[in-house]
Amino acid sequence: MGLYNDKVMDHFMNPHNVGEIENPSGKGIYGSPVCGDMMQVTIDVDDKDVITDAKFKTYGCGSAIASSSMATDMIIGMTVDEALEVSNKKIVEELGGLPAIKIHCSVLAEHAIKNAIWDYAEKSGKHYKGLEGYNPTEDADEDDHHDIPEED
Amino acid sequence: MREVYLDYSATTPTKDEVINEMLPYYKEAFGNPSSLYGPGLRAKEGLTNARQQVADLIGADPKEVFFTSCGTEADNWVLEGVADAMKEKGNHIITTAIEHHAILHTCMYLKKYHGIDVTFLDVDEEGFVNPEDLKAAITDKTILVSIMMINNEIGTVEPIKELAKIAKERGVLFHTDAVQALGNMPIDVKDLDVDFLSMSAHKIYGPKGIGALYKRKGINLPSFVHGGAQENRKRAGTENTAGIVGFGKAAELARINLDEHIKHSKELRQYMWDLINEKIDKVRLNGPKDFDKRHPGNLNVSFSYIEGESILLLLDAAGVSVSTGSACSSGSLDISHVLASTRVPMEVINGTVRFTVGDFTTKEDIDYAVDALSKVVDTLRKVSPVTGKEGW
Repeated sequence: MGLYNDKVMDHFMNPHNVGEIENPSGKGIYGSPVCGDMMQVTIDVDDKDVITDAKFKTYGCGSAIASSSMATDMIIGMTVDEALEVSNKKIVEELGGLPAIKIHCSVLAEHAIKNAIWDYAEKSGKHYKGLEGYNPTEDADEDDHHDIPEED
Repeated sequence: MREVYLDYSATTPTKDEVINEMLPYYKEAFGNPSSLYGPGLRAKEGLTNARQQVADLIGADPKEVFFTSCGTEADNWVLEGVADAMKEKGNHIITTAIEHHAILHTCMYLKKYHGIDVTFLDVDEEGFVNPEDLKAAITDKTILVSIMMINNEIGTVEPIKELAKIAKERGVLFHTDAVQALGNMPIDVKDLDVDFLSMSAHKIYGPKGIGALYKRKGINLPSFVHGGAQENRKRAGTENTAGIVGFGKAAELARINLDEHIKHSKELRQYMWDLINEKIDKVRLNGPKDFDKRHPGNLNVSFSYIEGESILLLLDAAGVSVSTGSACSSGSLDISHVLASTRVPMEVINGTVRFTVGDFTTKEDIDYAVDALSKVVDTLRKVSPVTGKEGW
């Protein structure tokens, strides 16, 4: 077996929901190529607060693209409140696991989705419990990234 | 599916001539070379012959060639051995920021556990060491200078002769890690005037698990692996006879084929670079722009807006084997220290792929690989949110 399991490879090789929704209900971006990965999510939300569509564009490694594909699959059909509960842990579980050093790649999707919902909440003037205390401009990236052990 | 291997700097396929030469040493000449009867003596003869073949490739005397388990062991041996043997004279080693981990991590070890001061010389944007920097770095306490002959990632050919001369004028020992250079450029240890030189068999179509150290006659280097009297009491342990014989044969072939190998590699490398430029936009070459100053088969290329590991994985799915300098490359999250040292921006490093062609690469392989590459780049750019407008 290679670095990734078959499910991860399938989502990486044939990613679902690639693209960008025109005039989306919400748009979120997280990360940057400088850090090694970046994801943009656009979502459409209907009047029942259900996410009817989600599209992504991701710069990153195999697990970043696979996590993006899986995460957008997961949130389509969910209510906004449910989508805010989608953690990177759940994304990794759905993917059937990622190598330990790649777990941080799934955090990318969790944050990008949260940012898209935050954007939607701002525009629509809605309030969500899952966004309390959340600040999308804050760089929460520090802890997720590149914990390189010191050489002896 | 077609398989195209473009990672000759990682390792090379073992040539049939080499394998055929090795096989008898697992069979009729299986003996321990230290034994005094037939099978042992036959094995010993194989070692003697191989030592001559390796010596001939670098212009050395066979007595100056010591077999090790790999290039890394040779590097470790020199650094640790000199640090020990020269501790009365000083505790300062000079190397570069772009060495292989076999050198860098050994230096870090010596620093941490043996109080050795290490200077890591900076390089310019193409990876070249400035000889003036070396001159300025040598102190009364300097005991060793270790600078690689060719960089493994960006292929820079360092001015070893000039650098070794500077060290010699100041009475400092000089080592070069020639693992990438062996068989890829002419090497004459007497002309270069180096004291130590590390080699590895599997980069020159020989087997894995065998390397060698050239040690100039008369220089004291304590044994690294202690035990029996093998390798003139310098490196204990029953010899890997088949491996050594394979290394010898590979060295002989490398010497005979050197000009042809260099010509073939350079032609295909040029062909590949031209084709990449023709088919793919927004590419950047890392390392020396002057192809005569880099490894004959090496290309190190960054593709804007996409990430290296995903390029590697999609190319692998198309049967094309390459390596990447990306932070997310398999097994580590460490970005390429070589690319960082040559001031390549982080977002560019993350989109970097190394291609190395070799003896078995054909023009058709390159056509196939670049075709696959251009599709992969296209696919990933469509998935990527990065467009360059953001300044990346």
